[in-house]
Parts: sequence; C-alpha cells; structure tokens
Amino acid sequence: MTDPVLSVEGICKAFGALEASRNIDIDLRSGEIHALIGPNGAGKSTLISQIAGALQPDSGRVVFGGQDVTAMSTAARSRLGMARTFQISSLAMEYTVLQNVVLGALGARGDVFRFFRPVMKDRALLERASLALQKVGLEEFRAFRTSELSHGQRRQLEVAVALTLEPKAFLMDEPMAGLGAEGSQRLMGFLDGLRHQTPILLIEHDMDAVFALADRISVLVYGEIIATGSVDDIRNNPLVRSAYLGEEADA
Amino acid sequence: MRRETCLNIALLLILLVFPLWALSVDEPFLITLTTRAVIFAIAGVGLNFALGLGGLVSFGHAAFFGVGGYAMGILAFHAQSYTPLMEWPFVIEGTKSMLVIWVVAIIVSGVVALGLGALSLRTSGVYFIMITLAFAQMFYYFAISWPAYGGEDGLSIYVRNGFAGLNTMVPIQFYAICYAWLLAVLGFVYCAARAPFGLMLSAARQNEDRVQAVGQTPYRLYLVAYTISGAITGLAGALFADLNRFVSPTMFSWQTSGEIMIFVILGGVGRVFGPVAGAVLFILLEHVLGGLSAFWHVYLGAILLGVVLFARGGVFGLLTGREVAHD
Repeated sequence: MTDPVLSVEGICKAFGALEASRNIDIDLRSGEIHALIGPNGAGKSTLISQIAGALQPDSGRVVFGGQDVTAMSTAARSRLGMARTFQISSLAMEYTVLQNVVLGALGARGDVFRFFRPVMKDRALLERASLALQKVGLEEFRAFRTSELSHGQRRQLEVAVALTLEPKAFLMDEPMAGLGAEGSQRLMGFLDGLRHQTPILLIEHDMDAVFALADRISVLVYGEIIATGSVDDIRNNPLVRSAYLGEEADA
Repeated sequence: MRRETCLNIALLLILLVFPLWALSVDEPFLITLTTRAVIFAIAGVGLNFALGLGGLVSFGHAAFFGVGGYAMGILAFHAQSYTPLMEWPFVIEGTKSMLVIWVVAIIVSGVVALGLGALSLRTSGVYFIMITLAFAQMFYYFAISWPAYGGEDGLSIYVRNGFAGLNTMVPIQFYAICYAWLLAVLGFVYCAARAPFGLMLSAARQNEDRVQAVGQTPYRLYLVAYTISGAITGLAGALFADLNRFVSPTMFSWQTSGEIMIFVILGGVGRVFGPVAGAVLFILLEHVLGGLSAFWHVYLGAILLGVVLFARGGVFGLLTGREVAHD
C-alpha cells in the first residue's frame, strides 16, 4: 500500500485541565473519504485546527505528502495543497462569487504582490476559477455577491475555492451542516466523485451521510480515538455503540 | 457609466477648472486654498490605501506626513544655510530640488512606515489604533525637543524649492505640480485596488482565515500596504511643507492624524476618490464656516457626526448608493 497522503502521529493538546486531544493517530489515504465522528465537544474541530495549522499541538506531529508540517503556518500548509473548508462559511462576503474563486486561484499561484494588471482580466486565473465553479455547479451564480448566496451555495463556493488550490487533501468541517435534504444529497454526490481525485478528511454530524460516503470512520470521544475502521466495523463496535451511537444505532 | 465614475471625473474637473478660474479673476489666495485641498487629498489617498483596502485604522499617519515635511525642511534648511547635512563618512549636502526632496520624502517615510508597521501590525483593532497614535506622538515630542531643526518653532524655508522649468513661487505653477501628483497617486491606487494585491488585501480585511486558507499571509499584505500608505502620505507632507515654506512639529500632532482620517471618512472609506472629496469638503467648510465663526470646528464636528451616523459611505456613499466596484 502507498504511504498515506496525510498522517497525524500522536498528537496531544490540552487547554488547562481539558485534554482536547489525547495521543491521536489518524491518517488519510489517497482515494478515500475518512470520516471523523464523535459527540459534541469530543475535540473534532480542535483536531482539524491542529492539522490545518491554526493551533499548535503540545506534542506529536503532522505529516503531509511525506513532509513534517507540524511547525508550518496555515498559509504554508495551504500552499502545499492542504485545503480546508470551515464549519462556518469563511468567504470574502463583499466579493462576487467569481472574485472569491479567483482569490483562491491567485493565492495558489502566489504572485500576489503585483500592483498594475487588473486581476479580474487575468485569463489563466479566470479559467481556473471557472473550472472550479463548473465542478460545484455554481457557474450561473458567478456575478452574484457572496452575501446574497444561500447557506448551501456558500458551502459549494467554499469547496470551489478549495478546488482552485488543486489540493492534495481536503479537510472538511461539517460541510452538510444546515444544508437541507436536497442540498445534502447534491453535495454528497459531489464528494463521492471527488474522493477519487482528492482524498477527504470529513467531519460530519449527519450519520446517514457518513455511513453512505465514508470508506473509513474514526470515532473521537473525549479527545481520544476509540475506534477506526470500515462502516460495518464501526456500526458493530460495542464500544462505539455505547459511547456514541447509543440507541440511535439500534433504531 | 457608473455614478461613481461620473463623480470621480467631476471632482477632477472641478479641481482643474476652479484654480484656472481663480487665476483669470486674479485670486491667488483661492489657488493656494485649492492647493491645500489637493495636498490633503494626497495624504488622505495614502491613508485610504491602508484604511479602505486593508481595514488598518491607523491613527498615526501624522508621523509620515511629518517625516515627509521634515525631509523637505531639513534638506532645504541645509541648502539655504550652506551647511552639509553630514560630513562623515561621506558628505551629504542639502538641496533645493523638489525632485530630490520628493524621492527622499517617499523613501524615508516609506521606511519609517515599514518599521512602525512591522511592530504595530502585530496588534489589531483598538490596540492598533493606540499603538500607531503612540508612535506618532513619539515623533511629535522628538521634533519639539530637537533644537537643531527649530524645535517647537519649526523651520522656515525662505524660497520654495525648485522644479525644472517652473517658477514654483507662482501659485498656479505649484498647483500644477500638486495636481499632477494627485493624478499619479490616484492612478496608482486605482490600479493597485484592481490588481492581484488589491484583491488579496481587501480579502484579508474581510476575512483573514480565508486569505490563509488560500496560502497567503495577511501580515505581509498589511505591511506592504502600510508601507505604501505611509510613503504616499509622506509625499503629501513634503508638498505641504513646500506650500507653506515652513515645517513645525504640528505636522506630527495627533490633530493632523485626525484630520487625515476625517478626509477619508467624510469622502467615503474604501472609495479611491473618497479622500479627494473629503479633503475638498474639509477645506470648503474650513473656509466658509471659518469665515462665519472662530468656533467652526463645532460645526465640523456636527457634520462629521452626521456623516458617521447617517451616511456611512461618506459623500461617495451618499451620492452613489451602496454600489462598490466589482469589475
């Protein structure tokens, strides 16, 4: 088997007495969706923040594309191809949809300190941006102001911006949250195809989505990963059932 | 054509035609008044580059305005007293050439902005406002207590500095220089706002997480913006000193920082031409209200309150609605 795209090795993080991450190991292989589930307050977002570089772990390391990135900034990790979508949509709200995607393409290309040529007339950037918009199905909304988009469309736009980075891995923090049934279905279909291009580490509350999509699932409880395995493994794991799924799994 | 574009062109035309009219009716004072407005506009455009695009509320731009002013004052002072600026390790003479003075003012104030920015930009919000204010006050008190260049009394320069082919003591000719600089600075800011840098900087103002997620560092964007902003305001300082043929620590005072910010807010934060409208309006109010009452600042304050409470976009917001450039 090939090396994982992303692997987290023995990460620990404590906020005072609260141990948000306890010796966590998790990896992401190419071609898979690896779902991270766990009850509220289990430390899922803390873990994602450490992987993305917004938080420094107390110990342990993050290896991405064969490189130890533990000491790197968020921006440096993004440039290496780690694309993150946020739990709460994080976009430039005053910009149009197209501007947000061009922003992604520009950031990835890196030549930001240019002062004279209009960026919105840059052919290469526009092409890359349009392609990303087509992939998520937002092409017709390109001239809309981002603040006018619905919640679900903002989610799609975040994914489109992430796509312009031509990422090697996605970190997605609850992309389905607040999407509604139809929106969730569409996004699920999209992620299903995306995994073959770029593996996804997915935090998600929607159990149906997780069970339908994930190749592997890790369960995080009180900062500790209590189980990792296939959908069936997790469904039938007694530890998981008692700790997390509870009665819901039997229903 | 978009209403904002119309307003921009109208502003530039007014600033072109009004001094020519003043010249034809032989009112040199009005030309000088317009020159003041144009120089203030340049200072405001400088601040707006950091404030409007990058959201950096700098309450210390007097530091750069003053540094530009003293760059002119010190160079011209040494030229008129025939003393070298320094003799060791090499001799630097003063100069009465505007061209040299501008270059020095732009570079020195840019470097100062880079240094102050590198420190100040580690903070944000209210702390950033306070630290920039504090730095400007340091310059103010330093200028007051430095006797070599006049201390509290400032420096008088007897003859305005020279520019090839022009008699700069003629108001309309000096005005032409300032107007040309305003056009150049506006042109630069207009381009930069639409260029890759402007897109990324403005995104950082809206959402720093987003900028980091696309692989860029907000701090670096802010620092470059702050440096350019300081350099532009420094240029305005050099022109202002030349207009008055006088520099004093007042240029460093926090009131100066406040006035520069008033130009931006009156005109419309984030609009390229906003500070131009703001500066013109400010000079107009100063002239008209100042003629009515010695307490004209009270009325200015009331108007400013009105703008902040009811017309957040300033003059530009009022006249063009909420549309913002998205091309």
